[in-house]
Amino acid sequence: MSRPEISAPPQEFYNDNEAHKYTSSSRVIEIQDRLTERAVELLNFPKDDLPRLLLDVGCGSGLSGDRLTELGYSWIGMDISKSMLQVAQDRTIEGGVIQYDMGHGCPFRPGIFDGCVSISAVQWLCNADHLQQEPRKRLNTFFSQLYRCLKRGAKAVLQFYPDGAKQAELITTAALRVGFSGGLVVDYPNSTRAKKYFLVLVAGCLDGISTSSTILARFESSEADAFKSVRVDRRSKASYEGKKLSMGQRLKAHSGHKHPKGKAWILKKKQQARCRGQEISQDSKYTGRKRKDRL
Amino acid sequence: MRLLTHNLLASNVKGAKTGFPLKIHVFVQEEHETAFNKAFLLATLRKINWIAFREAADSLGVPNLPELPPDLDKCDDSMLRKYHHALMEVHVKEGYLICPDTGRRFPITKGIPNMLLNEDEVC
Ligand SMILES: C[S@@+](CC[C@H](N)C(=O)[O-])C[C@H]1O[C@@H](n2cnc3c(N)ncnc32)[C@H](O)[C@@H]1O
Repeated sequence: MSRPEISAPPQEFYNDNEAHKYTSSSRVIEIQDRLTERAVELLNFPKDDLPRLLLDVGCGSGLSGDRLTELGYSWIGMDISKSMLQVAQDRTIEGGVIQYDMGHGCPFRPGIFDGCVSISAVQWLCNADHLQQEPRKRLNTFFSQLYRCLKRGAKAVLQFYPDGAKQAELITTAALRVGFSGGLVVDYPNSTRAKKYFLVLVAGCLDGISTSSTILARFESSEADAFKSVRVDRRSKASYEGKKLSMGQRLKAHSGHKHPKGKAWILKKKQQARCRGQEISQDSKYTGRKRKDRL
Repeated sequence: MRLLTHNLLASNVKGAKTGFPLKIHVFVQEEHETAFNKAFLLATLRKINWIAFREAADSLGVPNLPELPPDLDKCDDSMLRKYHHALMEVHVKEGYLICPDTGRRFPITKGIPNMLLNEDEVC
């Protein structure tokens, strides 16, 4: 089967024509129904009949949303394609929908959703449609803001079609990196045609244990290195000369009043953390300066 | 766009602090009857930001919402129906939303808020 993801950007691929074709195909309806049902099963809510509000990412024309409604959930959907959303609106779906690019985050208040589903959509994040788009960055923005708008402990189940093991890993890693715990569930792993991937995530605490520290331990990125170096450099004496240094030297090198990566970098990181909903101290003229050595 | 949806939305344009609540400017509004579901409504009313809800209702000319969040254990059905109406049945069809921090406008057309950002507005 050919992959629509490489043929055109989503808002162009899902044009008026495709939106109608997609939504009126009984085969599509049946498949999306089943995938949504499975995703909800994986959300695994307690059987208490409490009303719950879900976010449907890449809600399209509302086929997944219809199933959510039938299963008794309220939902809010976001999608990038105006045509798909228009079809949804014309079919008078129950959920509220907004037009938005998930690669730019999730424009919702912190902590409001009891869960999230996404059916056949997030693989789109792995394609860059123009030069400014970087899949890793888009995945990171999406997951960090998804995390923020979920209630603590809430789950997200994202069914998607990776084009291979690399892509599945790219998406999974991006999710774990921002603090989610969880992993991939693969249904029908031995059938190429029926095989389905569900990324099952928990925002924050799993069984009462915060996982952020274990996640941090798995980091291999430059951020983690920077993290280490910031901690070490308080005690170091050598000065940073802007030369290429070995890792060991780098850890020892920084001192003086300035942060090794510069104030702008810190401000950017702080802003990113704020976007994730973390409480971050205000920026001031002291930001990025070294504390006085005091005993 | 229902006022429920509005109450959940926050602008995340670069430079916004909370991006909430978005101000509503309405050109066209509509009403669509929706089944009254008490359990859902009560759960939702516990979740929403009342001040933002009341202000939004004000801007759509939906009157008679109390100044402060009502005590939900003491609400009778007729009051709950009023809240249901404001939250679930009044829709903004055409208009725009305004980010309270940056003034960025987001158009609402055919009932769908367009929250899309330009690449340089992403934080
Ligand atoms: C196969 S459809 C699935 C729609 C719906 N979930 C269903 O089950 O019928 C994939 C949807 O993902 C949406 N999509 C793709 N890229 C997106 C992005 N960056 N942001 C938001 N939605 C996106 C497309 O517009 C399309 O509606």
